[in-house]
Amino acid sequence: MSTTLLLIQILNGLQFGLILFLVAAGLTLVFGVMDFINLAHGVQYMVGAYLAAAFSAMFGSFVLGLAAALPTALVIGLVLELLVFRHLYARSHLDQVLATFGVIVFLTEAARMIWGVEPLSIDVPAALSGSIEIADGVLYPVYRVAIIAAGLGVGLLLYVVVNHTRLGMLIRAGASNAPMVSALGVDIRLLFTFVFGFGAMLAGFAGAMVAPILSVEPSMGDTVVILAFVVIVIGGIGSIRGTFLAALLVGLVDTLGRFVAPALLKLVLDPAAASQTGRAIAPMLVYILMAATLFVRPAGLFPARR
Amino acid sequence: MKQMSTMRFGLAAAVSLAVACAAEAQEKVKVGLVLSLSGPPAALGVQAKNGFELALKDLGGKLGGREAEVFVVDDELKPDVAVTKVKALIDRDKVDFIVGPIFSNVLGAIVKPVTDSKVFLVSPNAGSSTLAGRGCNPFYFSTSYQNDQVHQVSGHVAQARGYKKTYLVAPNYQAGKDAISGFKRDYKGEVVEESYVPLNTLDFQSEISKIASMKPDAIYAFLPGGMGVNFIKQYKQAGLADRIPVLSAFTVDESTLPAQGEAALGMFSGSNWAPDLDTAQNKRFVAGYLAAYNAVPASYAFHAYDAALLIDSAVKATKGDVADKQALRTAMLKADFTSLRGDFKFSQNGFPIQDFYLTKVGKRPDGKFETQISEKVFSNYADPYAKDCAATN
Amino acid sequence: MSDVAVLPEPATPAFDRPGTLVPVVVFGLLALVPLAAPLGGEAYVMSFMTRVVVLALAALSLDLLIGYAGLVSFGHAAFLGIGAYAVGILSAEGVTDIVAQSAVALAVSAAFALVTGAVALRTEGVYLIMITLAFGQMMFFLASALAGYGGDDGMTLPGRSLVLGRDLLAGDRALYYVALAVLGTVYLGLRRLVASRFGRVLAGTRENATRMEAIGFAPFGYRLVAYAISGVVAGLAGVLLANQTGFVSPATMSWQRSGDLIFMAVLGGLGSLHGAILGTVAFLLAEEVLAHFTEHWRIVFGPFLILAVLFARGGLTGLFGRRA
Repeated sequence: MSTTLLLIQILNGLQFGLILFLVAAGLTLVFGVMDFINLAHGVQYMVGAYLAAAFSAMFGSFVLGLAAALPTALVIGLVLELLVFRHLYARSHLDQVLATFGVIVFLTEAARMIWGVEPLSIDVPAALSGSIEIADGVLYPVYRVAIIAAGLGVGLLLYVVVNHTRLGMLIRAGASNAPMVSALGVDIRLLFTFVFGFGAMLAGFAGAMVAPILSVEPSMGDTVVILAFVVIVIGGIGSIRGTFLAALLVGLVDTLGRFVAPALLKLVLDPAAASQTGRAIAPMLVYILMAATLFVRPAGLFPARR
Repeated sequence: MKQMSTMRFGLAAAVSLAVACAAEAQEKVKVGLVLSLSGPPAALGVQAKNGFELALKDLGGKLGGREAEVFVVDDELKPDVAVTKVKALIDRDKVDFIVGPIFSNVLGAIVKPVTDSKVFLVSPNAGSSTLAGRGCNPFYFSTSYQNDQVHQVSGHVAQARGYKKTYLVAPNYQAGKDAISGFKRDYKGEVVEESYVPLNTLDFQSEISKIASMKPDAIYAFLPGGMGVNFIKQYKQAGLADRIPVLSAFTVDESTLPAQGEAALGMFSGSNWAPDLDTAQNKRFVAGYLAAYNAVPASYAFHAYDAALLIDSAVKATKGDVADKQALRTAMLKADFTSLRGDFKFSQNGFPIQDFYLTKVGKRPDGKFETQISEKVFSNYADPYAKDCAATN
Repeated sequence: MSDVAVLPEPATPAFDRPGTLVPVVVFGLLALVPLAAPLGGEAYVMSFMTRVVVLALAALSLDLLIGYAGLVSFGHAAFLGIGAYAVGILSAEGVTDIVAQSAVALAVSAAFALVTGAVALRTEGVYLIMITLAFGQMMFFLASALAGYGGDDGMTLPGRSLVLGRDLLAGDRALYYVALAVLGTVYLGLRRLVASRFGRVLAGTRENATRMEAIGFAPFGYRLVAYAISGVVAGLAGVLLANQTGFVSPATMSWQRSGDLIFMAVLGGLGSLHGAILGTVAFLLAEEVLAHFTEHWRIVFGPFLILAVLFARGGLTGLFGRRA
């Protein structure tokens, strides 16, 4: 593999990592502040993608579609919070996993009934549809650059909000000791509702951003949510910084592993066996990474609590 | 003690349901549709279901002159669920034919219980080489093709067009490996890379970078379902669609085209049929499907439609007798009906001997997308495994 | 808020002797199922109920882990897969006797549990959930990569396993009764286990690991043994599942299947053992009956699951079985 290709693949890995970060950011926030495992984060991402597709088609513009999708995703998130999630905050993690699993089953089927079983299409906005030549014959789509920018933007926004605002202070305080914050006179329920709504909107934003490059279909959240959990667990639950670094790490390992694993195995095995084994190992790499991380640091890279 | 009554109620409910179903009409020809109707790949199952139901409507609700009763079950794409549901169809509902499934892992699970019970299994989608060859079965028929054949079409075309370097991409599982070996059967040029991507890959950007840097003359893609949608959209966005031609199978078809749209225009596939195939019967079918479901039918719908015609012709030939399995098999082997694809015959293994085409994605006058026939690649082509089949007449 | 209990409070304290009436009724009814089977299509009812009994065995193993040891495994389907693939691979290699197949399945399950448990049980709570998920996913991808044994498509078994060279499992009823007998035996064994000193220490580590450590019991060893026992039982369920389905594929060990198993155990009520059996019956019956009415059965099933968690705390046994 040439050096140029390796560099491009590193870029691809970072870019994939930023997509994962977009999805995982809301998840880790909700988990960290409210101690709430929301398995349904993935379907909220799916709903965001569908809303973006539906509104873009309605208005004929991706930007307007995105602008309409975000508040709608927020409203749907708040309705779910009111009906289901609110009653689960005081429950065990296991109950939360199971009830939000029920939400997945319901929303996935609802999306199928509303939008049909066939995947939906949404075009890349015209302004971002070109590509730039970054090496001889190798084009990089402008929209990918937009995704990178969006990922970095969300990261920066969360960093500023969490570390440099009063709201962020409450969020951090809530994450480490919610009863104490409540005792100090802060309406913790309102804070939770706010954080949850914000998390839902982040999930919807992630879905809307990837809608032009991925197939918009009811099950699109399933694969992503598991990877997002891997990311936040490696990063340390509740830590934005940890999630950011873990997302990039997972993106790199997943992307490069497929090329590097067979190459490395060729040093010890014959080529056919090496590519066979490499292919078998590649999809396991992120899980091996997670198991190894937890083996060394049982609460992730940057444990936020305790 | 409440517990007991709940249990009893549950069992009683299940049993009474079953009894109610079994009691209905004895005289009808019964067909079970076993398809994946929920979960990610539901689009394909729904196409097949629609195709079969449309055929039944066109036949006036009858198969071979007898009233037909159809049981639709969702296999949920879980082999163990499929086995239980198939046993329900055979044992409780007493079906004479089963049409399905879409996916080969479900096929592997149900083929034995179905054929052991001497019920005919008609597959509306690709069949494995085992079933076509040594493992062929007198109760198994396919209205589609043997897997390798569609891949071979693309390999044949790549060879004929003189592509010197090709790049092959498929998911890392058995069907993916079959696809690549099927392509290479007729292709003698240089394969610069056989790339096996993990199942359910989302982002193909790294794959696309590799293709761009290797600059092959053409690529061959076997990426079914959502993977195909993602790959094609991203391939187009990377600006490769106009530079490196795409040959494919199950990657651009009418079930994925609504989502791929313009990005898939001009891409090639191997197939035994296309919506624009010029037969009177086919034109009526496509128009009827569009009117009923507001979508262009894909091959899954066509194969299921033909499955209904096949059953109809066989039951007609035996004068409505579905108990004489031997007579029924002989009648089915004759394929005595006008298929949407035109005429075809069955090999001894129950797979069609038929023409294969290269298709190209185009836009219809109504703005929808479809695959269109570009050239005929093979005529009256039998699958290569048929000679290993020893199914007795 | 930071000190999270991962499990809900069990319906009864773990070392209380569970009642005898409910389990006797449950097993009695299960034993009578074949008599009613001809009413609904014999092969279908037997196939369905065998699946219920087999998955109940897997849910039962999970109840030991979640309900008694307080350890949530989100990768338990991996053990089902190990058992199923032991049957599949050995059959393909000509070893068709269930005794040999089970021996291999149990040995591999135990080894897998000990190795992964040694890593996973260092973590707690949600980290444990995730790390068991990771191991489950690794097994899933490993099975998908077994090109010689069907890969992603899975493999059809030539027939049911033999018992010491004889074709005893060929009949649907025979297989059902064998599965039921295994379930009954394991159930009785686990009841003894949880009432033993080992079981009480295990429950103690769930309630307060630090205290158990202070009085001289290292939780890790007890947890590891419980994890291994649970894995072995689930592996045994896998052997039976392969015989029920006649087919082995990676789908057996998808993460959704692991989730289903947790659901079955929780729905019935954790920490009672027979609750897992009831939960499995209710879960699969609900799925089967709903699917009969509409292909959109999930739109009803989802809320059913949510309501079960919200309102049926302690599961079915918690609802009405407590006094039994």
